[in-house]
Amino acid sequence: MSRFQFPPSIRSRPVYGTLEPRRGTAHLMVADAEGAEALLDLARAAPEMMAKAHVLYIPAAEGNDLADRLRATGPAQFYVGPSYAASVSRLRKALADAHMGLQIYLAGTEGLIGQAMQEAMSAGYPASAIQTEHRGSVARRVQCVHCKGVTENVSVTPFVCSHCGLNLFVRDHYSRRIAAFQGVCVDAEDPGDVPAQEGLYQ
Amino acid sequence: MTIQFNDETFHDDYTFRNSDWAIQRFPFPFHEDSYMYSVNLEPHLSLRPGSVYEKTFDVDEHYVAEMKDRARVLAEDPLRCQSLPHMTLAGWDLLELIMVSKAREYPDLFELHRDGDRWHWINKPLGIEQKFVFLDETTLPCGPLEYITRQAQGDYALLDQRDDNLWMDAGMVTTQADWSLDFDIGMNFFEWHAPVPMASELGVFQRALKFLLNLQQGAPVRRLNWTMTVNPLLDTSPENYHKWGVQKTALTPENVGSKQHLRVELQTLFRLPRSNALAFPIRCYLIRLEDLVTVPKWGRRLHRVLRDLPEELATYKGFIRNRPMIVEYLSQFDDGTPTSPGVFPD
Repeated sequence: MSRFQFPPSIRSRPVYGTLEPRRGTAHLMVADAEGAEALLDLARAAPEMMAKAHVLYIPAAEGNDLADRLRATGPAQFYVGPSYAASVSRLRKALADAHMGLQIYLAGTEGLIGQAMQEAMSAGYPASAIQTEHRGSVARRVQCVHCKGVTENVSVTPFVCSHCGLNLFVRDHYSRRIAAFQGVCVDAEDPGDVPAQEGLYQ
Repeated sequence: MTIQFNDETFHDDYTFRNSDWAIQRFPFPFHEDSYMYSVNLEPHLSLRPGSVYEKTFDVDEHYVAEMKDRARVLAEDPLRCQSLPHMTLAGWDLLELIMVSKAREYPDLFELHRDGDRWHWINKPLGIEQKFVFLDETTLPCGPLEYITRQAQGDYALLDQRDDNLWMDAGMVTTQADWSLDFDIGMNFFEWHAPVPMASELGVFQRALKFLLNLQQGAPVRRLNWTMTVNPLLDTSPENYHKWGVQKTALTPENVGSKQHLRVELQTLFRLPRSNALAFPIRCYLIRLEDLVTVPKWGRRLHRVLRDLPEELATYKGFIRNRPMIVEYLSQFDDGTPTSPGVFPD
């Protein structure tokens, strides 16, 4: 129910897989909202790995709190954070403290996966040590190419930039460095002529 | 040869002009009467004295004005020049390549005196004289990439080579055809080309990458790319698109010949000696249609190319809305007679 098949797109757009248990000295698992379900599947497939797992979970604002079920899988360390921004310093510490052989599992929205991936890569982890699985909302983080401000949770196009107020068309072009899709002014050539808003995958 | 540098602008009042000399040497990009993407790389060898292909880095009458325009754009948006931390050495490689080439090929304009790592650079057109220690950043007013590309026409990307891919990890980008260095920095070859339609399906990028990964020192290559730009605006950046996009609507049948420009990029690629990175200069040339059609072969051919271009390409290149007007204008200069092969005027 929470798995979405993304249509084929351009080469800069991230693609996601399905989390699989891997052998590792330690396991760092980061999820938001329904991403918890992917971690639960993982724990079901390989319950023994949870004894070496550090789980960071950010439940969705709308509730559907899977935290108790995640805790019940018995992770060595378990953290529930109120937002990604509040959790990121803890994520950085976990990445910095880790030893060789750490496996990283990211699950949930594109915004969570993209930002946690960016932290892991800037901490020096190779892409081969990082698995991802998309679950839940298909809303995006979008960077306005004009003012550079990032708007979170964009699920329609065009939308109004939350920083500069321009009407932005949401592209599939994606920057892993910024962990965001690109938003470009939609009415630059005909100011005020803004197409009707539609859902991202309508 | 002495160049008379133009006093001109590439924004607001747009006083940019091409002299007859610049028109005759314009890098017309179409070797036949139709266009489709291709790898189209050829050795960057000196060709035809006086042409833009003669020198390693072409310097023309727009040099001083283009460097002023770059300084203006950078003052407004310093993010147009960025270099990831591991790319400083490649910046020095580029500085060396440009200084050595220009001093050798334009001795009346540029001088480079080297005593070991103590270098003395003289840039006469811009009135710059700099003594510095090669590979010592503290002896330049800014990083080596920014320093030298504030004195060299065209955009510059530095591509790191690792994992069988090329990574756009540094650049100076103020004369771009609508792409953002700030967004694309750190991307690999396939990622930064992702928005280009059709070319992936044609396998163009895979072949080009394979070729470029094997590019050798001392064997640079070049290709041309092109688009259409209303007004001689060098900075057609996505960052400022909300400001310049509306200029596309100012085209009328009366002004299309003077306002509509063919924009051509002379792209060259060099393997750099210390960093093993690739330097990727992208030099932009602009010509208004009414100047272009003074070369009858070019007028005829451009008419046919634009008329027959697939709609996806006209959309991607950003002139779909004005194509009918442009084609109508150019049709006056196409009498239907055959054109000779190759890009040069008859």
